[in-house]
Amino acid sequence: MADDKLFTLSIIAPERIFYEGKASMVELSTSEGDVGIYKNHIPMTLLIVPGIVTITEEVGKRQAAIHSGFMEVLPDKVTIMAEIAEWPEEIDVNRAREAEARAERRLQMRDPMLNLNRAEIALRKAMVRLELTGQK
Amino acid sequence: MASMRDIQRRKSSVASIGQITKAMKLVSTVKLQKTKARAESAKPYFEKMYQTVTHILARSGNIRHPYLQAGDSSVKCIITITSNRGLAGGYNSGIEKLITGSGFEKENIELITVGRKGKEFLERRGYKIRSDYSDVINNPMFSDAKEICEEVLKAFGDGEIGEIYVAYTSFKNTVVHTPTLMKLLPVEFSDEDMEKRRQEQKSQEAAESRAPMNFEPGEEESLDIIIPKYVTSILFGALIEAVASENGARMQAMDNATSNAEEMIEKLSLQYNRARQGSITQELTEIIAGAEAIN
Repeated sequence: MADDKLFTLSIIAPERIFYEGKASMVELSTSEGDVGIYKNHIPMTLLIVPGIVTITEEVGKRQAAIHSGFMEVLPDKVTIMAEIAEWPEEIDVNRAREAEARAERRLQMRDPMLNLNRAEIALRKAMVRLELTGQK
Repeated sequence: MASMRDIQRRKSSVASIGQITKAMKLVSTVKLQKTKARAESAKPYFEKMYQTVTHILARSGNIRHPYLQAGDSSVKCIITITSNRGLAGGYNSGIEKLITGSGFEKENIELITVGRKGKEFLERRGYKIRSDYSDVINNPMFSDAKEICEEVLKAFGDGEIGEIYVAYTSFKNTVVHTPTLMKLLPVEFSDEDMEKRRQEQKSQEAAESRAPMNFEPGEEESLDIIIPKYVTSILFGALIEAVASENGARMQAMDNATSNAEEMIEKLSLQYNRARQGSITQELTEIIAGAEAIN
């Protein structure tokens, strides 16, 4: 692939620089829907919702889970500020399954005190984790 | 002059204190290295967050948003970060002085304390403690910062508090830590920073004839989400910097204590030797005097 199609992608998490490298495309879920970004995109700030990010590198693809954050898109540089970011091998499948069951149960109980939003986000996170590890 | 036994006893107690402080120094050195590495690895996130938020606000200077204006309430909430343990030199008193000397009226301050030492001191001084998160300081996580943040943002949203500050010890390097009082909300940047940003942007945009930043969803909705994240990340940064500073301060304090103990031991040894010599001389004089009396 020609070099002029690559842009700098950095994914920064609070505790570490999660990913830094050259990519030709990055796909992820935002509050406005799923997007794919190539080089020379117009400058834009997007909000991220829990989902899988797919990084297309010069050779091959990499996937990771990202939960909540925002991204800044510039023509030659994309910065993702993720509160939580995980590679598939870092995900604990059993824990994610448990979290999924717990969140589903909570949503079904229809407890008026329940923070619906929060339970839904928890459910989405668990589902994303399971999907990424191929356990879904 | 104190007797030989007294001096000896004192010397051995100073020596054992010296050993303790030396061990504590070693422990805090190791902890410092860990926490320092952590603080450094968190810096990119913290800095990028600051950059992005200034960037957004520089573009939309006259946007009206609740997070950008002081609330109606005159209550100031200060998140105070100190340590749970003492023996860290001036670490805790630095923050305490910062609060007592902040110029805010005591009635208008509500504190959220992280760290028992600061809580105890400020409680005694009659400050109102809103809530306490002292357990967090042992090992601050991002989720802890988030929890504290949710509480203050809710209070801010409900109009209970008008401004939010954080008082923490910023970690410049291993020997320099400065107590800092930073305003979190309403978001305000120094004019200098803003002006610089604007200039930079203009020149960049002119140079590359680039389109301005777009927001999706709209700017206000984005700010609704981004500003809480910004506050959380600053709080998290403050927490882990404070932990690094705490260990740095303790290491220094213990280093001083160890060298003071060594100095004291030196002085006491001299005194002890003098006393020993004195007592030998005295015994000799007595024996000689006794022998002469017999003759």
